[in-house]
Amino acid sequence: MLSYIIRRVAQSALVLFVVGLVAFSMFRFVGDPIDNMLGQERTMEDVERLRGQLGLDQPFPVQYVKFLQEAVQGNFGVSFRQGRPVAEILAERAPATLELAMVSAVFAIVLGIALGVFTAIRRGGFAANFIMSASLIGVSLPTFLIGILLIYIFSVELGWLPSFGRGEVVDLGWWNTGFLTASGLKALILPSITLGLYQMTLIMRLVRSEMLEVLRQDYIRFARARGLSDRTINFRHALKNTMVPVITIIGLQLGAIIAFAIITETVFQWPGLGLLFINAIQFVDIPVMAAYLMMISVIFVTINLAVDILYAFIDPRLRVSA
Amino acid sequence: MTDPVLSIRNLTVEIPTRHGIFKPVEHVTYDLHPGEIRGVVGESGAGKSMTGNAVIGLLDPPAHVSEGEVWLNGRRIDELDAEDKRRIRGKEIGMIFQDPLTSLNPLFTVGEQLVETIQLHLGLAASEARKRAIALLDRVSIPDPADRFNQYPHQFSGGMRQRVVIALALCTEPSVLIADEPTTALDVSVQAQVLDLIKELAKERQVGVILVTHDMGVIADTTDTVTVMYSGHVVESGTTDQILGAPTHDYTKSLIAAVPRPHTKVERFPMVSYGERERTFKIDDLAAHWDKTNLSKTGKLLEVENITKTFLQKGGLLPSQRQYFTAVDQVSFDIRDGEVFGLVGESGSGKSTVARMIGTLYPLDSGRVIFDGEDVTAMGTDALQAYRRQIQMIFQDPFSSLNPRMRVGDLVAEPIHHHQILSKAQIGPRVRELLDWVGLAKDAWRKYPHEFSGGQRQRICIARALATQPRFLICDEPTSALDVSIQAQILNILKDLQDHLGLTMLFISHDLPVVRQMCDRVGVMRQGKLVEVQETDSLFATPEHPYTRELLDLMPRLKQLA
Amino acid sequence: MNRVRRILDSDQFYAFRRSPVAMVSATVALVLILATILAPLIAPTNPFDPSSLNLMNGFTPPMAPNAFTGESFLMGTDDQGRDVFSTILYGMRISLFVGVAAVLFAMVLGITLGLLSGYFGGWTETIIMRTADVQLTFPSILLAMLIFGIAKGITPIEYRDQMAIWVLILAIGLSDWVQFARVVRGATLVEKNKDYVAAARIIGQSPLTIMLRHILPNVLSPVLVIATISLALAIIAEATLSFLGVGAPPTQPSLGTLIRIGQGFLFSGEWWILFFPACTLLALALSVNLLGDWLRDVLNPRLK
Repeated sequence: MLSYIIRRVAQSALVLFVVGLVAFSMFRFVGDPIDNMLGQERTMEDVERLRGQLGLDQPFPVQYVKFLQEAVQGNFGVSFRQGRPVAEILAERAPATLELAMVSAVFAIVLGIALGVFTAIRRGGFAANFIMSASLIGVSLPTFLIGILLIYIFSVELGWLPSFGRGEVVDLGWWNTGFLTASGLKALILPSITLGLYQMTLIMRLVRSEMLEVLRQDYIRFARARGLSDRTINFRHALKNTMVPVITIIGLQLGAIIAFAIITETVFQWPGLGLLFINAIQFVDIPVMAAYLMMISVIFVTINLAVDILYAFIDPRLRVSA
Repeated sequence: MTDPVLSIRNLTVEIPTRHGIFKPVEHVTYDLHPGEIRGVVGESGAGKSMTGNAVIGLLDPPAHVSEGEVWLNGRRIDELDAEDKRRIRGKEIGMIFQDPLTSLNPLFTVGEQLVETIQLHLGLAASEARKRAIALLDRVSIPDPADRFNQYPHQFSGGMRQRVVIALALCTEPSVLIADEPTTALDVSVQAQVLDLIKELAKERQVGVILVTHDMGVIADTTDTVTVMYSGHVVESGTTDQILGAPTHDYTKSLIAAVPRPHTKVERFPMVSYGERERTFKIDDLAAHWDKTNLSKTGKLLEVENITKTFLQKGGLLPSQRQYFTAVDQVSFDIRDGEVFGLVGESGSGKSTVARMIGTLYPLDSGRVIFDGEDVTAMGTDALQAYRRQIQMIFQDPFSSLNPRMRVGDLVAEPIHHHQILSKAQIGPRVRELLDWVGLAKDAWRKYPHEFSGGQRQRICIARALATQPRFLICDEPTSALDVSIQAQILNILKDLQDHLGLTMLFISHDLPVVRQMCDRVGVMRQGKLVEVQETDSLFATPEHPYTRELLDLMPRLKQLA
Repeated sequence: MNRVRRILDSDQFYAFRRSPVAMVSATVALVLILATILAPLIAPTNPFDPSSLNLMNGFTPPMAPNAFTGESFLMGTDDQGRDVFSTILYGMRISLFVGVAAVLFAMVLGITLGLLSGYFGGWTETIIMRTADVQLTFPSILLAMLIFGIAKGITPIEYRDQMAIWVLILAIGLSDWVQFARVVRGATLVEKNKDYVAAARIIGQSPLTIMLRHILPNVLSPVLVIATISLALAIIAEATLSFLGVGAPPTQPSLGTLIRIGQGFLFSGEWWILFFPACTLLALALSVNLLGDWLRDVLNPRLK
């Protein structure tokens, strides 16, 4: 068990190291940082001086180690486009994205699991078939279209909910939240549905197919032969076995929510990290791209690590060996 | 005699399909008395298991009971609604499935699963249920039942798990137990223990047991009465002695004739074919085309010297963490020209690994394989190709040994093509000849494997193996996936190949009666080691190694058979 | 002939005829694909030929004559007077081309790596599958954006628009190979232990022959299912990237680009500029998805 966790932690560290390498390579080789920082009128001395200052004259591994040291301290350099430290911009934008992601994740997981279990148990029934067909439309409908559709209905036609922005935000010093005001909460509704809907459909379909797979197993057949009630079989035996693989995928989906936030934030002009990232791509603002990549991978890797450890607690085959 | 505890009358099961209604069980009738063990025997697809599932109400839709009655302790149960049927399952009828490895939920402890069932059906308090569960585990001979109670299924071995399954099936004192091939997935030694346990419990608790099996040995050793089924019908019912000793129906006769006898060697299996009629195997035509001139220089065609193979069992970053498993440990034997050499042993004894090492499928860790005086392990590419042309292999499962995406003609042509034995124009006619000789229809070459039955597929495999005119044939459990009557046909073909073509064979099997019928000499393997080699008759008469004696003791006696 | 009869008599075809959903979605997909291929013949105008444009035709609603020129358009026109129906036909060409090419790319890459790692195991497998695991940690849309961003960074500005389509294919394809590799590896692990592979090895066939002749045909049916579902995902991914402005450029608009343009006019009442491309995208993705879903049920009867 302990060695299992240690191995996972080591793997995560390796992933971060590799991602860091990619981020750094972007920094170093995509577009010339000197070009980006100095204007058209520059002398050779300027270039050399800056090269020395940035450490670009040193060998690659040395530069990489320095980059990592800086990154760990939260120093990702200066945005080419805004001229401000990247860390500052990220800190300012992060709460918006995290709040949005959290609400959608809860929405997606709770509803996804419930509907997945329902459609698996009531397989072939009218309601289950209807939900399954609807979910296929959900999977085929790109996130941005869902967003536009919701805006058209609830903002343009009905005028109930705002179509862009976070509403009123309360600044807590290190965090700014939309949870504490009515307009902030109202502004959250459409974006979080937009963001969560697609993940919810995926989770639902996954739970359903895993559960159907489990229900076909011999031990379920044997449980039926023992005369256990459908309720006990479905909710005690089948559900627990279903959750083992589902948890991994849900972990991945949580990561996906943060990534998909890019789309939702663009549609709703939500002032979060995603909008920042998409602008950075459009303007080839490498430091922002690299920092976003690093930050988001730390989040992903942490989620995955947590899932792996949780997994070990659920599955006795990992916890106690024979 | 007492009243029957279970009575099946005229039971018919229907499955609607695209091509009409299929009846896997039709007008089946039999009774079961308290304490009686009734064997239900028949080939795969005969409807044995389906009958059991119908009784207990576990048919998978769209299969359903369309006709007939089932009475349990004087009460008609086939017409009950789903909820009442559920109450009977587990409470009054217990069930055991074939594979103990998948019958238990891996995420719950053995104790949780027992207590859950006991509480549900008997309504006991948790502590009472626990006591009862531990007593039951003790009764089915699980050591340290109180500790084992809190363990998960993966911590038990296969045989132990089947004991737990039996405990689960019996924990509510049912009056009927349906055991569906309960020992097929187990090794012989474990099989005997589990069957003994079922026998004891049936007598002790006066439980009526329906024992579904395809194994005549199990029938002979365990059951009191037998029902023989063929394609959904009961063809004959009676006491075990009566059915085995004096069968009346033609099918039963053919079935019993085909069972390999453990005590005497017969020249050929008597072929009383019933149902699927196979075309004859044309050994004379084949022999006329066979080149029999090559005899080996030394009289020994194959010599195996101290071969060893280890597999990585558990990987690890550091070499010290890795665990290895020695599948074959310093094994040596030789096979004489034209003889059939048998290797027997339980699963995991390494016999198949030996076969695969000789067939160059696994590289040797150490030791040598010498074929006709030449060291195979030291051969260059060309010599190795020549060696591969001389050896061929027939596998256990004819469903997986033929590529499902290739036509039969291409499958048989492949070795000829690869070794460039014939020109392109000659390959087609040769393939058709080969298929004709092994007894397949003229147009077989253009069909795909799934269009053939198990026995026919094994014939295709034989045709493929004979395509390069090999001198040495490796048969790895060639009939253990086949029904007993088909087994007899295939074994006869292999006997003919040896007699008429002078083929040398390595014959691998876990089935001692089959080995007795097929082999000239036999080696016994255990845990990777070869413990004993003897002439077949003397091995069966005077086994030397204690393990061989143990295996022979466990062999079904089949004393009722003539 | 025999082959045709066998297909018509197969269980799969039987299932197809019994499933109205499969028939309808196959028809819709077929019509859309045909319309794409024949776009130059069907489209009333070539929206990218400046000489055929008339700014006076701008913002014509669907099926109603333009106030100035009196011309009428099936699906109306956009701000520059381009016929929406024609832009959709041409936009679908880009969407489908990118989708199909990206899936083919992912498929070839994934099958190759999956076969290699499944068949050889050891270090080959460790390297390929660990890479896949790491990549799987990152949502494919994010990866596609990143690859797009990096590629944009290294392409000189004057080529960016021309290269955009190819970069998109590369980005979506690279972000999607893992699925194929995992499935093919899993199936290869099962197949390579079957005796027909042993039978081929015993006669001395080379690993390459065994992989291509024996294993590959037997692992193709799950690949087919994934390819269909991936096509729908790739079409959506392309549309999403283009919608975000990091995909097909306005000079070569795909459906996503058209929706991006149309979104600007939603609030001012010119709904048709958004509505028709959006419906087309949905129809395309949905019909392909339904086909994939149906294929999975048929090829894998256990999962019904």
